[in-house]
Amino acid sequence: MSARALLALVALAVGGAALADDLKIVYTKRSLYRNLLVTEEADRFCLSFRLRSGEINALQSCMYKADHDRLVFDYAKSVMAGLLLAPAPKRVLVLGLGGGSIPRVLHALNPQATIDVVEIDPAVVQVAEQWFDFKAGAAVKVHVKDGRQFVKQAVVFGQRWDLVVLDAFNGDYIPEHLMTREFLQEVRSVLVPGGALVANTFSTSTLYDSESATYAAVFGGFVNLKREDGNRVIVARHGAPPTIEQLRAASVALQPRLARYGVDYAAVLAEARTAPDWKRNARVLTDEWNPANVMRGR
Amino acid sequence: MYAALVFMLVFTGGFAVMSIEVLAGRVLAPYFGGSIYVWGSVITIFMLALSIGYLLGGRLSLRAPSLGRFGAIFLVCAASVVPLLFAAEPFMEWVFVRVDDPRYGSLLASTALFFVPTLLMGIISPYAVRLLVQDAHTSGQTAGFLYFVSTAGSALGVLVTSFYFVLWWEVSQILLGLALALAACGAAAFGGRGLRSAA
Repeated sequence: MSARALLALVALAVGGAALADDLKIVYTKRSLYRNLLVTEEADRFCLSFRLRSGEINALQSCMYKADHDRLVFDYAKSVMAGLLLAPAPKRVLVLGLGGGSIPRVLHALNPQATIDVVEIDPAVVQVAEQWFDFKAGAAVKVHVKDGRQFVKQAVVFGQRWDLVVLDAFNGDYIPEHLMTREFLQEVRSVLVPGGALVANTFSTSTLYDSESATYAAVFGGFVNLKREDGNRVIVARHGAPPTIEQLRAASVALQPRLARYGVDYAAVLAEARTAPDWKRNARVLTDEWNPANVMRGR
Repeated sequence: MYAALVFMLVFTGGFAVMSIEVLAGRVLAPYFGGSIYVWGSVITIFMLALSIGYLLGGRLSLRAPSLGRFGAIFLVCAASVVPLLFAAEPFMEWVFVRVDDPRYGSLLASTALFFVPTLLMGIISPYAVRLLVQDAHTSGQTAGFLYFVSTAGSALGVLVTSFYFVLWWEVSQILLGLALALAACGAAAFGGRGLRSAA
């Protein structure tokens, strides 16, 4: 198939005329785990994980050309709710790099903080550096490793973080070993007392029920931030579960610093819930019982 | 009857070995992750263990082959799966704190956990060839049909384990079920000792 025909298909599949007109695939890379695609539109570059029958599968991360620091996706803005529980973190752990927009904003806000980013796919790191203005350095360290292994090692070595961001659930296949009770217990134990976890997770399918039950079982409760883009973000804490009032109160002081990155805490917290809206009898995911990828399709 | 029993046992053996291979990824993931290295380790060890098992099965078949001994092989296979139920965690913990590289960590863990049971299950097919072959003329056909049965069992083992068993049961429950199935095969072989080969 010619490149032109392929682009036409892509344009058809993407649908929205305003987007489709100028959407171009500018870079592709086949990695150990997936196909990486960089697409360009008039105002942005986006990272996508594959092209299936002419259709670009869920965009992973986007960056505005004119303003690299401004977050594009709602879920990424919701992730910044973690700062409401850890406003000036000294140590941050981010599992899943994508285009690197989340570590970039966290670093810009807290230049003195050490940010450890764990990414399983070396090709993603390379694409983030080449296309998404991501720079690893003294403050932002990239570890090419499986997230579970990294966290387990951190438990052994007694490492602790003030804020942990779990953003590894993109693409078609869910890393099931990052969804279990045992894994979340490990994550909890690498948080300082009072430290915060924000997780970008799923809002649909029967997986929602089991995943919610698993987080609730480990953290005792959490604030649920749902957005229209099909993702939802969980905000939990090592210690007493956060309340929406606490997040709102903390957002007053932080909002002026976050506005520049496109984060509006009023919008982020508009649909915040703490009451369980999942099936109460949902089974907790464990290392022993964990059909997450099967459940996702139901 | 005799041949049907041997084929049934070979099918179950083929089923069990690949069901365990699928579960091996699940067992290792909490410690070594889900990277390509982990699957590389698992597949390497299963292939290596099977190859040595075939060699051993051929040798064993030279010494007074019988359905009773065939049953004993299944009982030993069943027993070799049992340590996975309680020794896997502590051993992986042990490897985990000593080997930083996910490649060699998972290779070491898959060797320790899966090499012996897989090797033992590799004995089954060549031994079964000896039990069924009647003359040189039909030996290729017999062996071919045995490979067919064994590998079809493996295909089904992969499919139902990855699609359904992990949804219905916990990993250790599935492993226990496989050990019980292998033990039942051993018992069936003992029960069938009175049956005569058609020859």
